[in-house]
Amino acid sequence: MSAFLRLLFFLCIIRPIIMVILGLNIRRRELLPTQGPAVLAANHNSHLDTMVLITMMPLRLLRKVRPVAAADYFLRNGLLAWFSLSIIGIIPIRRKKADGAPDSDPLEPCYQALARGDILIFFPEGTRGEPESISGFKSGICKLGKRFPEMPVIPIFMHGLGKSLPKGEGILVPHFVDVFVGEPLRYEGKSEIFKEELEARMLGLAKEGDFPAWK
Amino acid sequence: MTYLSNFLSRFSPNVLWAMGGIVGILVLATIIVAILKMAKPGKDFGELSMRVRTWWVMATVFCLAVTINKRISLVFIAFLSFLALKEYLSMVPTRRAHHRVLFWAYLAIPFQFLWIGLEWYGMFIIFIPVYMFFILNIRMVAIGDTEDFLRSAGTLHWGMMITVFSLGHMAYLLVLPSAGNPAGGGPALLLYLVFLTQFNDVSQYVWGKSFGKHKITPSVSPNKTWEGFLGGFATTLALAFFLAPLLTPLTRWESILAGTIISVGGFLGDVTISAIKRDLGVKDTGASLPGHGGILDRIDSLTYAAPLFFHFIYYYHY
Repeated sequence: MSAFLRLLFFLCIIRPIIMVILGLNIRRRELLPTQGPAVLAANHNSHLDTMVLITMMPLRLLRKVRPVAAADYFLRNGLLAWFSLSIIGIIPIRRKKADGAPDSDPLEPCYQALARGDILIFFPEGTRGEPESISGFKSGICKLGKRFPEMPVIPIFMHGLGKSLPKGEGILVPHFVDVFVGEPLRYEGKSEIFKEELEARMLGLAKEGDFPAWK
Repeated sequence: MTYLSNFLSRFSPNVLWAMGGIVGILVLATIIVAILKMAKPGKDFGELSMRVRTWWVMATVFCLAVTINKRISLVFIAFLSFLALKEYLSMVPTRRAHHRVLFWAYLAIPFQFLWIGLEWYGMFIIFIPVYMFFILNIRMVAIGDTEDFLRSAGTLHWGMMITVFSLGHMAYLLVLPSAGNPAGGGPALLLYLVFLTQFNDVSQYVWGKSFGKHKITPSVSPNKTWEGFLGGFATTLALAFFLAPLLTPLTRWESILAGTIISVGGFLGDVTISAIKRDLGVKDTGASLPGHGGILDRIDSLTYAAPLFFHFIYYYHY
């Protein structure tokens, strides 16, 4: 039932909004994965980021595409939790609390999903941050790579969503969205090297657009 | 068969002939590209054939949208206006503080096309240059951030004029009283304007490619030449003259003037958008139309030609 609602939601509401109200200019769409396990590693500026990434994937893969999201934010009340889990299909993870590390690896649910062959949407910056700017990556993406070294990690840079719906704004203002898909990367050697390589690719993709700073 | 004849009977015969002509030109273009591909197998015609394919889509959508029914036509042109404004606002530098001002700018589109639908000419002609001009400034003052105020306001008003006010004139052609144009009413006028403007673009390009030598706007659009401009001008003039009796109430002399307005206006609109692209350091305004670039790249000429042609014909015939 909820799988059907999810399909309906993305087909009838999200796709029209993303394709018509916003509009996507996608470069190198052919680099997107056609099967799991894989990770779409994108920059994060807006709640719409997840919607755009899901829209870009073919509908037949919809049930495999799972955004990784913070449990403390998206499960904070019953209705939002139902919507996040059943309709958006998030994998909730528990971010570290201020008073200390949680008992187990917070990414455990991600490993399970990847083992099932899911395609994760993962924001290596960890948070939306300031609109239209990229901050340093956290170590989560490296842990996923290390656990599944054969799995492709696809860097994706998006521009325009921060302008359309910046953090803290409730009104959607249409802008065309540029999506630059990069060459898939696989984990090799050390976490630090992998992280730096991925960051470098993301900045390289960002430079393709030559966008003026937005402030 | 009766369905088809019922469907076709909604259109004026002259408009049907004109649309048939457009299909004929596209068939010809498709054949030429196919021959070029066979004659020169080594050369890459991918860009060219993509461009022709996109022309087919654009011509089909446009012809259907502006002739089937007035309400659909107005919604279609409003949507075109929306796409153009969106492309413009995505391309120019904007400020985060003015997020909601941009929302108000978009909100002007349904109102502007409502005035057109109501055939309220007075409101149509002052809404953007007077009321929206004030309202957007007031909204910015209310936000209170004065950094780059003039620049932001100027950029926004410029976009409103080009994408909402100018392009809105295409829609107003459709609501002009049909008695003014026995040849086929508003749709025929719009078809005349848009066909000539687009054909002028293509023929200036083809003449320039074939004979171009002397640059006409070297620092703004270095590929444009006097030979292209004049060749296109002559071609458009001839077409404007011969198509006028089919689609418009224009007399012979008026049709020559209309051809001049459309050809020169179209050229000026084109180079104005080119100047902006050069200023912003972008090659195309977008990527929505494969082989052409963005929506604004395709309708840049219309941003000048539409209001100029409208006010010309409005003055003489309405």
